[in-house]
Amino acid sequence: MKGTRLHMTDVSGISTPVESARTDDVVRLTAAATAAAIAAGELSAEEATLAALDRIAKVDDAVHAFLHVDAEGALATARAVDARRAAGERLGPLAGVPLALKDVFTARGMPTTCGSRILEGWRPPYDATVVSRLRAADVVILGKVNMDEFAMGSSTENSAYGPTRNPWDLTRIPGGSSGGSAAAVAAFEAPLSIGTDTGGSIRQPAAVCGLVGVKPTYGGVSRYGLVAFSSSLDQAGPITRTVADAALLHAAIAGHDPLDSTSVELPVPPVVEAAARRDIRGMRVGVVRELAGEGYDPGVQAAFDAAVAELAGLGAEVVEVSCPHFTYAMAAYYLIAPSECSSNLARFDAMRFGLRAGDDGRAGAEEVMSRTRDVGFGAEVKRRVMLGTYALSSGYYDAYYGQAQKVRTLISRDFAAAYEQADVLVSPTTPTPAFPIGDKVDDPVAMYLSDLCTIPSNLAGGPAMSLPSGLVAGLPVGIQIMAPAFADDRLYLVGGALEAALDARRGHALLDEAPTL
Amino acid sequence: MSTSAPVIATPSYEDATARYEAVIGLETHVELGTASKMFCGCATVFGAEPNTQVCPVCLGLPGALPVVNEAAVRFATLIGLALNCTIASWCRFARKNYFYPDMPKNFQISQYDEPLCSNGWLDVEVEGEIHRVGITRVHLEEDTGKSLHVGGATGRIHGATHSLVDYNRAGIPLVEIVTEPDIRHPEVARAYVDELRELCRALAVSDVRMDQGSLRCDANVSLRPRPAAGQPDAPFGTRSETKNLNSLRSVERAVRFEIVRQAALLDAGERVIQETRHFDEASGRTSSGRSKEEATDYRYFPEPDLTPLALTSEYVEALRAVLPELPAQRRARLVAELGYTARELQEMRNAGVLELVEATVAAGASPAGARKWWLNELARRASDAGVEPRELAISPAQVARICELVAEGKLTDALGRKVVDGVLAGDGSPDEVVAARGLAVVSDDSALRDAVDAAIAGAPDIADKVRGGKLNAVGPLVGTVMKTMRGQADAAAVRRLLLERLEVS
Ligand SMILES: [Zn+2]
Repeated sequence: MKGTRLHMTDVSGISTPVESARTDDVVRLTAAATAAAIAAGELSAEEATLAALDRIAKVDDAVHAFLHVDAEGALATARAVDARRAAGERLGPLAGVPLALKDVFTARGMPTTCGSRILEGWRPPYDATVVSRLRAADVVILGKVNMDEFAMGSSTENSAYGPTRNPWDLTRIPGGSSGGSAAAVAAFEAPLSIGTDTGGSIRQPAAVCGLVGVKPTYGGVSRYGLVAFSSSLDQAGPITRTVADAALLHAAIAGHDPLDSTSVELPVPPVVEAAARRDIRGMRVGVVRELAGEGYDPGVQAAFDAAVAELAGLGAEVVEVSCPHFTYAMAAYYLIAPSECSSNLARFDAMRFGLRAGDDGRAGAEEVMSRTRDVGFGAEVKRRVMLGTYALSSGYYDAYYGQAQKVRTLISRDFAAAYEQADVLVSPTTPTPAFPIGDKVDDPVAMYLSDLCTIPSNLAGGPAMSLPSGLVAGLPVGIQIMAPAFADDRLYLVGGALEAALDARRGHALLDEAPTL
Repeated sequence: MSTSAPVIATPSYEDATARYEAVIGLETHVELGTASKMFCGCATVFGAEPNTQVCPVCLGLPGALPVVNEAAVRFATLIGLALNCTIASWCRFARKNYFYPDMPKNFQISQYDEPLCSNGWLDVEVEGEIHRVGITRVHLEEDTGKSLHVGGATGRIHGATHSLVDYNRAGIPLVEIVTEPDIRHPEVARAYVDELRELCRALAVSDVRMDQGSLRCDANVSLRPRPAAGQPDAPFGTRSETKNLNSLRSVERAVRFEIVRQAALLDAGERVIQETRHFDEASGRTSSGRSKEEATDYRYFPEPDLTPLALTSEYVEALRAVLPELPAQRRARLVAELGYTARELQEMRNAGVLELVEATVAAGASPAGARKWWLNELARRASDAGVEPRELAISPAQVARICELVAEGKLTDALGRKVVDGVLAGDGSPDEVVAARGLAVVSDDSALRDAVDAAIAGAPDIADKVRGGKLNAVGPLVGTVMKTMRGQADAAAVRRLLLERLEVS
């Protein structure tokens, strides 16, 4: 089943001066390399953008990462970058680099759907802070990419606009909810993407698409203009092909925002420097005992063990740590996130924006709201709204939401205790590689298990990264690195060193093994 | 049991209150007079074009986030301090979830079990007796938009063809002030709202215009039988909540009506239903309200988009130090310094002129003169014009000048009223009006002396009577002189001059 593709600007008619062979080379450049080539005058931002648009036109019918391509806007940004470079202006480290934006952010000039019917046709009148920072960094926003509806899901199958496919195997899911972001980057449609992570929605797709994905510390990146799923858990972050690219993008979007009360007034951790250092001698790496064992694919475990051995080989001290309350993380998450979403999604009521169904001139406001929400929301969204409404109901609040908040505190204490023994913690990112599309759509609980390892960091707020650890039967899997809150730079230090070591052992980046599209 | 509707005899109010004791608690919403809204930078001007003071935040657009307005926290803290409350050193906002078209996010950011201020009291004086009303809590929240139902009768939702929503009001900061069920009389309920209104005015935190909805009151009323002598109080009865009372008079009338209505039910052995009721100004009756929200479960939970509010003791103490003189303190001072009686103060308060009188005295008028001009003359003109006395185009200093001119005998009261006319008409200061309209009293010039002599010559019989000692007989002569002078003379001065010329003084 293929969903309708809305708002897809036709890019096939754009003539491109870039040779096809050159296009293939350009789109495979990392963001850092693209920016360096633009800065050196070897490549124009327009060429880089046209190459990306060309690649989208070529492969996105198969991958279906994009919901909206803003070719005109992207080219205008690119040309402005070129003009300013020609005028001798010194540009930022990501100037002219194309990016795919998860369709959960508001951006002027583009629709925002959140993968939902209920927002069909809505064009937000304002830019998310992440978007204004990308614009300020002269990043070229190619368009909006697919996601599970309102970021609820782990496969991008919950998008109202049809599933996105994993570039490693088009019959499989790209992960979710930021599946469009991961697929776009893995399919070389863009070197950069911004995703959001509420329970693993950046790290899990990054892992199953062979990419680097980072959930920054909660409060590190502004949520203003990020359409909320679960306010106390949502965090925006980069999905890229390399640790260095992730660091550049992280640095571009992070930092205090007066429009987001939960954004912290602290300097951005030195992530770019950390990514380049590559010396982890003497660092203590804690392997979380509870994030292994039953339910974990042996291949995933083997790739993880090999990566940990690599860290030891780099001079890190590997210790085992125990986080006994992580066992309850999933249960707590599925009370807190639905509770918050049941309230956050109440505003989708047909009154001021988006879809309006059943307004026949006779139906009252309540009935129009009800009809619109009935046809506008998908099954998973309804399931979570109902769960959350129930969990917050009077008489149940203490037993559900209240208890879940207590578990959250216990998980934070587990982390705090573990960080007394280790500088970073590690685990597999996901228990399994990407599963076939359609495999788990009827079994939400099996789907929820995809986020087993990633949820604790959302509940406690600390930063976490997923990095390719290897292949399992030809499919990529990841290692998760976790750090204490506001020590995001440690992820990049350890991730940068591990990535270099694994690439060196392999002789190439893991993504080079992906089949050609 | 009969199935036909029971006919319930309605007792008189006096009869009802002789047998039942009313238990009254009030919930008052005050719109804070901040320049911007509670959680965004939009303006809060009353009466602006619909939907011109809105932004992504107060429209509840996807992705928008709230940021707390410090001024609103400051104002709410001032109110809490003035109400003798404990100010929380740590508290949170909470979401109150319910669906309604004028509620942009379909939840209201409010406070639930962690209010900013709690445990205070306000003393209310009624006919010389002080009633202490406990304040349960004062909390901050945002206002909703305003629905306008079109096409039906009298703006009601029933029968309307469609509704319009103005979101200018959405997000305006509100405090909700909840009393303990301490009030026992409708007059005290009214006086409480009046006192609270004055308090907010003194604190300059709100314009507290009940007619514009910047102060709105809900009254919870229940009855319980009066205990026999020596018996303990009965437990509280079931209460009704009458919503949106928009004048002091309505507060008193609605409570009074509820007391009689509930007494009738109890007399007939019926139960009082816990419900929301509406007060109809025209009939003076309350009626069962169709609940605004179908569900009463608001599913409160802490607002995750806002960090907790943690006021330092320095912040609170700095505000306590700048608390202005509160109405009760001011009244005590006015009695002590200006010699007004409690009754006079009450009259001036009721007329809304107390601050103006005080300012007029400060500008040099005598307390009696200032009171007389504001209470008698200017309050009447304000009410004729349908405005508050303070909205009249005359300043306390100008009133003080008129008082001064009258005291010096340069104006009579009648002329003073004409000067007021002139000032209100925009003709300038009192002195300018006097000059321009030639209103000065003629007190000591030849014209007056000629008029006096002519009056004496024209009525020799009266003149003789006065000369004979009947001083009161001079009245008709005064009238003749005043007529000749076309009112531009001070009657007292004329009388004095007549007696002088008749050589009896
Ligand atoms: Zn606003």
